[in-house]
Amino acid sequence: MEPFTNHRGLIATLDRANVDTDAIIPKQFLKSIKRTGFGESLFFDWRYQQDGSPNPEFELNLPEFSGASILVTKNNFGCGSSREHAVWAVMQYGFRVILAPRKELDGSSIPAFADIFRNNSVKNGLLTIELGEAEVNAIFDAVARFKNVEATIDLDEQRVVLHLDEEEAFHFEIDPVVKKHLLHGLDDIALTLEHIDAIDAFEQNHNVQIPARG
Amino acid sequence: MKKTLFEKIWNQHVVKTLDDGTVILYIDRHLVHEVTSPQAFEGLRLTGRTLRHPELTFSTMDHNVPTDDRSEIKDPISRAQVEALRKNCKDFGVTLYDLDSEHQGIVHIIGPELGITLPGLTMVCGDSHTSTHGAFGTLAFGIGTSEVEHVLATQTLRQSRPKTFKVEFTGSLKPGATAKDMILKLIGKIGTAGGTGYVIEYCGSAIRALSMEGRMTICNMSIEGGARAGLIAPDDTTLNYVLSGDKPFRPKGEALDRSIAYWKSLPTDEGAEFDREITLDASDIAPQVTWGTSPGMVTDVSGTVPDPSTVPGYSRRDVEQALEYMGLTPGTKITDIRPDTIFIGSCTNARLEDLRTISRLIKGRKKADSLRVIVVPGSMQVRRQAEAEGIDEIFKSFGAEWRMAGCSMCLGMNPDQLTPGERSASTSNRNFEGRQGKGGRTHLVSPEMAAAAAVEGHFVDIREWEPYQQMAR
Repeated sequence: MEPFTNHRGLIATLDRANVDTDAIIPKQFLKSIKRTGFGESLFFDWRYQQDGSPNPEFELNLPEFSGASILVTKNNFGCGSSREHAVWAVMQYGFRVILAPRKELDGSSIPAFADIFRNNSVKNGLLTIELGEAEVNAIFDAVARFKNVEATIDLDEQRVVLHLDEEEAFHFEIDPVVKKHLLHGLDDIALTLEHIDAIDAFEQNHNVQIPARG
Repeated sequence: MKKTLFEKIWNQHVVKTLDDGTVILYIDRHLVHEVTSPQAFEGLRLTGRTLRHPELTFSTMDHNVPTDDRSEIKDPISRAQVEALRKNCKDFGVTLYDLDSEHQGIVHIIGPELGITLPGLTMVCGDSHTSTHGAFGTLAFGIGTSEVEHVLATQTLRQSRPKTFKVEFTGSLKPGATAKDMILKLIGKIGTAGGTGYVIEYCGSAIRALSMEGRMTICNMSIEGGARAGLIAPDDTTLNYVLSGDKPFRPKGEALDRSIAYWKSLPTDEGAEFDREITLDASDIAPQVTWGTSPGMVTDVSGTVPDPSTVPGYSRRDVEQALEYMGLTPGTKITDIRPDTIFIGSCTNARLEDLRTISRLIKGRKKADSLRVIVVPGSMQVRRQAEAEGIDEIFKSFGAEWRMAGCSMCLGMNPDQLTPGERSASTSNRNFEGRQGKGGRTHLVSPEMAAAAAVEGHFVDIREWEPYQQMAR
């Protein structure tokens, strides 16, 4: 996995909450046995018209978002299934970072990202950043007002900097485990296999290791 | 120290706590299907790694398989995916319940049937509805393909400890309300992200009163409330289920005795603390129908399609987008909504008990002319048992299509799909845009509510529906 340190890129906004994994990558594209080739199918049902041409009304098809690598969207992004294809599609389209808000609504606090999606993102080097709602709204406003807004994401410093006439910066929190993982592009399996002796020893004593075949 | 069910299972499975606070968690059972595994097996090949415990890994094909004619998978890409699973299972020595197996079916239905699912174990699968197995007091959750590869290679996962969430259903269900309505009601209340970061434990008198099938329905949809796992403490109902029938992977003899003693130690200790708690009175729960494109967009069958500004947990814009997609206007009575297709299937509600209940409601009746009814048993074993009881004949004379086992129209990866604008009443778990087919409009309901809609051609409040009252008597 590629380490993630700094990233500067163009922002695209997608003003929808609860974007589910069926919307991110519809089922017909899950039949592939490869890890590549999903970028073209990202947001397929929204992105293309019946005849296969781009839907001009879908945000990501706007000319000013062409080449964007930072997606700014709304709460509970990636809810639904465990398909890692959703993360592959987001990355293969060209996104390296997704920003979304933790939303306070009707007395409940709705996280920016669904659990399994966020977890799958870490394994692939996709940085998901949860900000406050006011901060995300400020980014939406800035992108609507000034076209072609770029941002720099500094993972080590945990900062998002919007490159406007007057720069705006936001601090973000991140799980230190996730941060380390992304900064170093770690391979989980190799790391776990370093503890193979502990796994061997555990299995000797695992008292719920009910033999699978009776 | 008083412990919750979750803590007891978790603690039993911690191989090692790492410096950063994450743990290496041992995984007792790994279910594998054709869609989320090929890239994981490929990863093993590319790195020259082997499968640590083929005997703890079980596989079937369910997501993309045809449910009518099985002689040939016509879609070449689906066929290649099925063939890849066959090759991977052969190369790595994994048990496979292939298309011609008497045990083929939806992974989450065959696990319990075969005794692979047992209380107190940890269990994973590259599928978010792995939460189903929590009904047995099994810590079970969905993982992505990278984690599938990690489990194949190491029989462990690196995990941060989730928080605990106690959901208590007090009282008892009134006639007409089911396990499906309990979970839909809960999701309507906490929202589709309300359980994010938590493992839910469902408890209370209304949970205790449920069959294993009902408990599986509830745990299945934990993920629709954002929780990766849902748990129900094992009790006599659990034990009777596990010990009944021919379950080849159930422990035997002394191992079984030891297991039962362990299972009995699992329930949450009196006074153990949870990070969050909520209580719902089951006697207040009415049959539920979803009207939007998120499982939290749900209301009582006696209700109406809501005004966009009045839906808790969703912004006005969320609701407007959903209603436009669904082709519904605020104020429409739920009972005036007319489905075109009734889908009876999925890991949520396609077990024998579901089919039995529906067959009692529709016996001697005909489906409404305006709609089609597709019945997809959750497994070939469910299908066989139903046929032995004559349930298939009841469905056929009703006018329904009686299919082979698979995920089918729950996600429409196989040819069973809705067409644009087509409306379904579905016993499945997700009403997302395009879930059952591009442009398809899904209403999630209980099997009983689906049966009533199939007879009448529109949703009906089964509490006032004559055939339901007859059955209840």
